[in-house]
This record gives sequence, C-alpha cells and structure tokens, in this order.
Amino acid sequence: MIKFESVVKRYPDGTVAVNGLDLIAPSGQITVFVGPSGCGKTTSLRMINRMIEPTSGRIWLDDQDTGTVDAATLRRGIGYVIQHAGLFPHRTIVDNVATVPFLLGKDKKQARSQAIELMERVGLPASFANRYPAQLSGGQQQRVGVARALAADPPVMLMDEPFSAVDPVVRHELQEEFLRLQSELGKTIVFVTHDIDEAVKLGDQVAVLRVGGTLAQLATPAQLLTDPVDDFVAGFVGRDRGYRALGFEQSSDLPTHQEQTVSLGDDGAAVQRAAVDGWALAVDAKRTPVGWVNAHAVPAGRTVSPELLQRGGTLAHTGGTLRAALDAALSSPSGRGVLVDENDVLIGTITAGEVIERIEKQLATRRHAPTASGAGS
Amino acid sequence: MIQYLRDHHADVLTDLIAHIWLSVLPVVIGLAIALPIGWIAARFGWSYSPITNLAGILYTIPSVALFVIMPSILHTKILSPVNVVVALTVYTVALLTRVVADGLKSVPPDVRAAATAMGFTGIGRFLRVELPIAVPVIAAGVRVATVSNVSLVSVGALIGVAQLGSLFTDGFTRYVNSVVLLGIILCVLLALVLDGLILLTLRLLTPWQRAVAKP
Repeated sequence: MIKFESVVKRYPDGTVAVNGLDLIAPSGQITVFVGPSGCGKTTSLRMINRMIEPTSGRIWLDDQDTGTVDAATLRRGIGYVIQHAGLFPHRTIVDNVATVPFLLGKDKKQARSQAIELMERVGLPASFANRYPAQLSGGQQQRVGVARALAADPPVMLMDEPFSAVDPVVRHELQEEFLRLQSELGKTIVFVTHDIDEAVKLGDQVAVLRVGGTLAQLATPAQLLTDPVDDFVAGFVGRDRGYRALGFEQSSDLPTHQEQTVSLGDDGAAVQRAAVDGWALAVDAKRTPVGWVNAHAVPAGRTVSPELLQRGGTLAHTGGTLRAALDAALSSPSGRGVLVDENDVLIGTITAGEVIERIEKQLATRRHAPTASGAGS
Repeated sequence: MIQYLRDHHADVLTDLIAHIWLSVLPVVIGLAIALPIGWIAARFGWSYSPITNLAGILYTIPSVALFVIMPSILHTKILSPVNVVVALTVYTVALLTRVVADGLKSVPPDVRAAATAMGFTGIGRFLRVELPIAVPVIAAGVRVATVSNVSLVSVGALIGVAQLGSLFTDGFTRYVNSVVLLGIILCVLLALVLDGLILLTLRLLTPWQRAVAKP
C-alpha cells in the first residue's frame, strides 16, 4: 500500500505542482494518475521514490515513512518504468535488465540468468540478451524497461507513461501483456498517463488530477464513466461515456441465433441457401468466422474466395463485455453480430436490438438497486 | 636526411621519446583535471557559461608566452621540461573542460532519470552511466588535444627543451632544410600514430556505438 498524506510540492519560484494530495494506492492493484499536463501526476509519482522531495506531507510505503529511508535504498526496492524506456545505451539488454540486482551486489552470473528468464516473461527472445538497446524497436525497448523494473522483484512498481511513445497497435499489445503480467504478479502499481482511455482500461482505480495538483476524483473506471463528480472530470473523461461504460458490463448468457455457414470453396448456390437477408457467414475448418459473403456477389460458376469476404465485422467473445457485443452487431455488414468462444469458434449471432434489450435490462436492475453502482468488477 | 638520421639516430630517438612524453603526459593530466571541472559545469547549470568561457580565454594565451612565464610562476629552471608539461596541461584542460561538459550534457534525460530511479548514487551514476555514454564525445576532444599538443611541444624548442622541435631550431640555425623536413615528418607520423591509438581505445571502450542495425 502506498499512502499520500497531505502531500505538497511547491517549487522555489512559487509554482505549486501538487497541492495537498491525500490518496491510498492499495496493495496488489493498479492505481492510475491521469490528468492534463501540469496536473502534477509525474511529480506525484516521482515523490514516491523521492526523485522529487515533497515540500510537506508524508508518503508511506506500507508502514514505513519514505522520508526516513535512504533514497537510493528506497529506489532499489521500487521498480520504475520510464517514458521512452530510458535504457542504458552502452549496456547490453541482459545487463540493462540486471541493473538493480548488480547494484544490490548480487552474483553477476545468477543475476544474468534471472534477467534472461525475465526477458522471456515479458515476451523478448533470449537471443536479444547480448544486443544493445539501439538494435531494438521502440516496443521491444519498452519491454526491456518493464523487465528491468521487475528484476529485483520489487513489491511496488512506478510507471511513467510507459506506453505513450509507441504506435497504437504496439501500445495495445503492451497494455494487454501488462494486464496479463499483473494478473500473475499482483504488484502494487502506480501508473501515470495523460490518456483517459488507457487509464480506464488499465486501472483498478483511477485518480483524476486537475491543473494545480489537486485530486478531482478517485474512483473505479466504471464509476468514473457513469458518475463523474464535476464538470472538469466529465469533460476530461470525454464523449461517448455511456457507450464506453458498456466496456465494464459483462455479457453473460447472451441469447444467440444459430447461423448457417459457408466455407471457402463453396459455390454460389450454397451461399444462396445459407444466406439470410442476402448475407452468409464464412468460417474456416476450425469454425472460426473469417468474414461475411454477399449472396449476390458470388458470380455464377464461381466459388467463395478470400477476395469476396467482407471483413468489417468485429468478433465478440462470450463472457466479454456488452460494448464488444454491441460493436460486433453494429459493425457487421449483415446486421448480425458474431459471437465466438475463447478459442474463436463460432457460437452464434445476435442483433443490435437484442444487445440493447440486454443493456436496458441490466441498467434497469442497477437503477433499482443503487448500492450496486460500481458494477463491472 | 637519411644521412643525418644515420649519424644522429640516437639523438633523434631521444628527442622522439621526449616528444612523446611531453605531448601525452599533459593530455593524461589535463583529462584528469577536466573531468571533475566538466562534471561541475554540466551538473550545475549556472556554472556552465563562466567555466567554459574561462576555459576559452585560457586557450587564447600564446604558447610561447606561456612557456616563457612558467618558470617565474612555478619557480622551475628555465630549461625544465616541467614548464612545457604544465603549459600544455593548461591548454588541454582549457580544451577538454567544454568537451567533457558537453559530453555529459548529451546523456539523454530519460537515461539519467532512469539511472537515478534504479538507485544509482551520484558518483556511481557518473562513473557507470554518464561517463561511459559521454566517452565518444570526450574521445573526439582528446584526439584534437593530443594532435595539437604534438605540434605545440615543438615550440618548446625555442626555450631549449629538447624534443623533435630541436630538429627545427637545429636545421634553421645550420640552414639544413632536410633536417627541418625530418622533424616535420616525425611530428606528423607521431600525431597519426597517437591519433590511431586513441581511435583504437575508443572502439574497444564503445562496442555499443557500432551496434545500430535493427534486427
């Protein structure tokens, strides 16, 4: 647990970066600091490991006042992932990862072999061990940054916009892996970002800070979307809140329709037979949906080929969110959203109207039971 | 020239060895002095301009003047090689202070912040992170200082300190151009060899500089 107690950071020129922050980041959870630039989120993060000293107030790490510990000792016990990774360009990947164990005086050989295990754990091949950071892509460097922060197995990790400098596809990949890793490791994490979508996606709880360094709202992502405390938070959380909040609504036991399917290589007649409203769903040998075929688009004497597939529709997994189910229906050219199981095998289809019906039913239950406002976890 | 070399090879060798000492020693001492001063200039923002400007002024002092006033400052004999070593050390410090400061300042802020966050303390961070990353920049300055020293040392012949510069004064007073030419050739060769050695050391110290190919 990390506890901020009336923490203030005032610079000599009079600027107040953080103004009386009171907050608890619970053990084993991800607490996200989010806000516009100048809200003191990075300053707050760096006060935890005393890279910046608070002007007043205290920060506790469990039952220890961080102000009373030697700063270097404190830092070696806290993992830190920095924007742009901040890898040491003159050290190999394995030595970058083993930085803190080396500093702690661990046996070099053992530290290196543990570092290689960690590299594999964050999705880097062991063959990268003796490369230098300049030889890796941005996303790979950031993985090294995460491995380096984890090397001494610290209970606490601080992450300062770790995924903001990579392209959206890689960012999504890193976020997913980060959540998977956290579900295995259960670290106490404080994560800084300026991206509210990232905050809502990754946080167990989200602290929205406003310019001047005060806490606007501390809430679960679902609460933040459904019940922003004031206009600033509402504005910062942004548009489409109602739709995005569906991302926290589970979609268990959705009613589905059986779907007649076609395979690649089937002829036009087979598509005509299977099609409903002019569209038939194509699946591969494992019954994983590969796209929709327009029954009128298969010329006489031709068979279903990959070029004829319409791939616009998204797939929703059963047990996923209502947002994904609704999106699957809305994005499907046939108007029928495709549901699959965890192995991407077709279960059936559902219309947008049916998803909406389910949404209304779930929200109505919520309205009549106000104590359950923080749903979705 | 060949004839002169054959007759005086022992003297020329002595001069060459003296020349090496007189040009390399100031670089070593100068670098050792410039490192902490450059660190201060890089570490404390307000000190950068005064320190580097002062270094710049030092470098503009004419070398003959510096050689001549050294004995009165150091209370050394006028013919002592110490005068040359100290004077050239002054030039080296003047040249390298800015180079060291700029090299240390070229360390990316992310890398410096990461080093602090990992728990490096001041001196450890300097020796194990900042200095190694600044090596390519510093080495470039050391190459300039070394080559410039090889040529400056010969000026010492004017105040009678024996080294390859003596070939110039010798050749000049006896009107033998080939001896002057020999001096020039040996000076240039020496500069090239020393430069090559520094380059080799740099390559050994910075394998990471050549590792740039993406996988």
